[in-house]
Amino acid sequence: MKKTLFDILAAAALLLVSVPLLAHHGAAALDTGKEVTLKGTVTEWIWSNPHCFLKFDANDGTGTVRNWAVETQSPTSMTPRGWSRTSFKAGDEVTVTIEPVKNGQPIGRILHVILPNGQKLIAANPTTPESRPVAPVPVQ
Amino acid sequence: MRLHFIVFIIASATLLVPGRAHAQMKSWNNAGLSEPPKGPSGPAPRRDLSGIWDAGPGGIQPTGYNVAALFTPRGGEMAKANKPGNGPRIADVSEDNDPLSTLGDPAGFPRILLYELRPFQIVQTAKQVLMLYMFEKRWRVIWTDGRALPKDPDPRWYGYSVGRWEDDYTLVVQSFGLDDRTWLDNAGNPHSTSMRVEERYHRVDRETLALTVTLEDPLIYTKPWTPLNKLPIRLMPNDTDLMEMVPSASEALAYRKEIASQAKTK
Repeated sequence: MKKTLFDILAAAALLLVSVPLLAHHGAAALDTGKEVTLKGTVTEWIWSNPHCFLKFDANDGTGTVRNWAVETQSPTSMTPRGWSRTSFKAGDEVTVTIEPVKNGQPIGRILHVILPNGQKLIAANPTTPESRPVAPVPVQ
Repeated sequence: MRLHFIVFIIASATLLVPGRAHAQMKSWNNAGLSEPPKGPSGPAPRRDLSGIWDAGPGGIQPTGYNVAALFTPRGGEMAKANKPGNGPRIADVSEDNDPLSTLGDPAGFPRILLYELRPFQIVQTAKQVLMLYMFEKRWRVIWTDGRALPKDPDPRWYGYSVGRWEDDYTLVVQSFGLDDRTWLDNAGNPHSTSMRVEERYHRVDRETLALTVTLEDPLIYTKPWTPLNKLPIRLMPNDTDLMEMVPSASEALAYRKEIASQAKTK
């Protein structure tokens, strides 16, 4: 029972921790709630603030191979989740699940990635109506 | 009742989960995890806030504040010119003109408290309280030697600050002379150079601070408001080596090139 309660608390906290994703730039461009899974080959992994980027080539159903650029949170937020500067190298075959942008361009934010060795790196929870951030009301 | 339960669950999780995450802490490149120091808790030291502190997820306000009802006419005009990437006036990514995320400008004060209060260290000297922030790797000097705030200072990104001990466990800081190119928060709320900011750091116990921030800016807001009200901040182990979190101009440029320029919807 105790473990169950803790897991509920942990899940709630993960939601909170997920909120800062895209905090710097906003999520207006994202097709929030939509998930796309792509298999591709890493071309570059950029470990930088305020967001890290994973770039990879994938045949995404458009009939051509496109170079995708998808983002995570900052290194400070990703490190506790097991991500690092060396998580990817060019040539890695990865399976990437993302929330894409609305306009069809090959960009989005990462939800999770499955590495060549089968390890799953989780970046964020999918956006749901319940997890969308709500502006706090100022205290008078 | 159900809402109260949900709030309780989330608040509890905020306090509990970082302890579990502590299992992943490393000696170097620690992101900032709210594990309290080991050993007996003991009483809080008097007139001493020294230590490394972390507000956890509560220190990050991604959507900013909804304060449009408080704008003066001038405040409303200034707010229109700001095109934020978040909050109630969220703009298309192609119009976003957030000086922090699109240009690499300093967050400035008090945005470093109202948006991205990542872990920070407090150092005290005989005449100063120094705030060393992980975000931006910035610092502030709060003078506690009895000097008054300047009356007509040249504005600074982080202003001018003086502090006094209201009692043995409460440091009250007044700040003035703040550069109006900075936003207050992620929602693009503006301020003028006439704004005054009060921070109250109350040492609840050895391991906990409560931070209250009140803003007074009659040119922009019709009355003072309190964006942070007793925000809990926890003491971290004193051997924590915080990571860098520097939002540089070149990385802001890379973001615009790789993501923002392609993501526009207009």
